[in-house]
Amino acid sequence: MNETRSLVVEREMPHPPEKIWRALTQPHLIEEWLMKNDFKPVVDHRFNLRADWGVVDCQVLAVEPNKTLSYTWAAYGLESVVTWTLSPTSTGTHLRMEQSGFRPDQQQAYQGAKGGWQRFVGGLERVVAGLD
Amino acid sequence: MFCVHTAPDALFKTLADPTRRAIFERLSRDGEQTVRVLTDGAGVSQPAVSKHLGVLKLAGLVRDRREGRQTHYSAEPQGLAPLIDWMTFYGAFWRDRFDRLETLLDRMDQ
Repeated sequence: MNETRSLVVEREMPHPPEKIWRALTQPHLIEEWLMKNDFKPVVDHRFNLRADWGVVDCQVLAVEPNKTLSYTWAAYGLESVVTWTLSPTSTGTHLRMEQSGFRPDQQQAYQGAKGGWQRFVGGLERVVAGLD
Repeated sequence: MFCVHTAPDALFKTLADPTRRAIFERLSRDGEQTVRVLTDGAGVSQPAVSKHLGVLKLAGLVRDRREGRQTHYSAEPQGLAPLIDWMTFYGAFWRDRFDRLETLLDRMDQ
């Protein structure tokens, strides 16, 4: 993992994808590690994540059980997209979270922006360092 | 902490356009340039480049300087600060949530 790309967090977990999927998609389990919520694993479902510091407005974009989950994440007037990817390994699961700062007005635009965003973030540190 | 007043929504939208991103990256790499020089190799017309530069300026990512009949543009690296703040905030946030998720998963085993 490259620490400078702070919008991608990934970890190897000694648990099967099915179990991690439950923790990512069942409201009472989501509450234990993320926030209070009214999540449903249904595309287009709108839900909130609530903490004492505020509310995050979300909408489900993609659900592929035990593989991928994606939803919008709007907080402080900024809309981004959170995508979870679960890949089975010999010892459990490789869990990857990517948060990208683009509104998916349409799926194609989203895919395009996502690729561009990753390239941009990859070059960000170099750009800033080169100018100072 | 993440500053609410510098939420980088406009910054994301500005940099979502590949041509604008290319112009900004070129200014960052090569230093100050005129619109004409930027147009060469941009693959779009000079008015289009000027329009992109206007959007970049509004987002605080470039500044301009007039010299005679030419306008020179240069990158403003500090314009990226809200973006870096955002990444720093959410980077720490998600690593903490991953820790909590792992704790939960360990408990679910029992």
